[in-house]
Amino acid sequence: MSRIINTPLTDEVTCNLYAGDRVLINGIIYTGRDAAHKRLAELLERGEKLPFELNGQVIYYVGPCPAKPGNVIGSAGPTTSCRMDVYAPVLMEMGLKGMIGKGSRSKDVIDSIVRNKCVYFAAVGGAGAMLAEAIKEAEVVAFADLGPEAIFKLKVENFPAIVIADTEGKDLYKIGRSKYQR
Amino acid sequence: MRELNVDVITNTVENLCIESNYFLPRDVKKALEDAVLKEESPVGRETLLDILKNAEIAARNQVPICQDTGLTVVFAELGQDLRLVGGDFYEAINEGVRRGYKNGYLRKSAVDDPFLVRKNTGDNTPAIIHTTIVKGDRLKIIIAPKGGGSENMSALRMLTPSEGVDGIKKFVIDTVDKAGSNPCPPVIVGVGIGGTVEMTALIAKKALLRTVGEHNPNTEVAKLENELLEEINNLGIGPQGFGGRITALAVNIETFPAHLASMPVAVNIQCHAARHKEAVL
Repeated sequence: MSRIINTPLTDEVTCNLYAGDRVLINGIIYTGRDAAHKRLAELLERGEKLPFELNGQVIYYVGPCPAKPGNVIGSAGPTTSCRMDVYAPVLMEMGLKGMIGKGSRSKDVIDSIVRNKCVYFAAVGGAGAMLAEAIKEAEVVAFADLGPEAIFKLKVENFPAIVIADTEGKDLYKIGRSKYQR
Repeated sequence: MRELNVDVITNTVENLCIESNYFLPRDVKKALEDAVLKEESPVGRETLLDILKNAEIAARNQVPICQDTGLTVVFAELGQDLRLVGGDFYEAINEGVRRGYKNGYLRKSAVDDPFLVRKNTGDNTPAIIHTTIVKGDRLKIIIAPKGGGSENMSALRMLTPSEGVDGIKKFVIDTVDKAGSNPCPPVIVGVGIGGTVEMTALIAKKALLRTVGEHNPNTEVAKLENELLEEINNLGIGPQGFGGRITALAVNIETFPAHLASMPVAVNIQCHAARHKEAVL
């Protein structure tokens, strides 16, 4: 059974999500991957304003395909999260509450998730056609020149994900693996 | 001498780029269906079913299976009795890639330099083209879009001959182990053993083109494929790394003679979206 959650996320929601929980995410989420994160970090370094309000928000690590005529967006599955590990802790300190991607995170990221009561979700990697069906609106809000790496504001309905890392520091990748290792 | 206009190559490459990205090969689909039956983890089974559902949606809507439509790897087998006319062979392939990625609404994932500005080339070129000259008067083109997530988890090591089969096994298993959830398991593991540093990488990549379920014709190599598959699936990584029995769908090994002093091994990891499509002209 999946739990329905709404963005922006609050501590009340994140503290009740546990590694292995399946969720359906509803509301606004923002995309961002390698190049966009590099630019966000540069803005912060210069003390400038970010292109969107971070408080309670969720960033989805994705670089979608172009939309076919009549479609909202092209295929849009998660990319490997660890490449964003160097940027994630500072964003969480500033209010980011959730991340959606795939693959394991660094100890720094996990520590920051616990400290800031955040959550790291995985979506099924390589299921970009299915996941795009949960995206109802898409609009570029920053760094349009980056093409697929631009920051998109997405409106999602029942976007399926699974909790990997929770506020207690548990990690589904470790738990799942130890269960089936022989 | 038979002639082939390079315009035909461009058109073929365009179609292959689109079709390979929209339609999961039948053997991969079958392997995923078999995996559902073998998977013990409930979340693993659901994940495999999601992957199969995704392939259906992609085919029905004619959209890419995965948003990472890859760098375009091209294997061309050019018959020595075929004469190409009308333009440059490599440019014809790149033009096909350009058109395929534009007209198929595929993501452009190539950057123009690897470590400076990293500006997107905007059309997914240049393709990575491997050409061999073969007998006959035909041209075979295989398009294999390769995603970055699984490619990043690949590795190559120059083992010494004394490390033997145990050394090979340890390196392959360690590579898959370390990759964990990153390369979108269940994966296909392409292994190259022998040759020189570039040859071992190339045969590891070629190993990924093999039909899932087929083994190396050499029975000793086939035995090693089976042993590696079993040990990899005992790692417990499972579909998407959520834990489970099915971490790999296949281990495909290709070998090549080596130097007296060397035993190079390359591991090229392929995500479950194991896309490739070919045409003969």
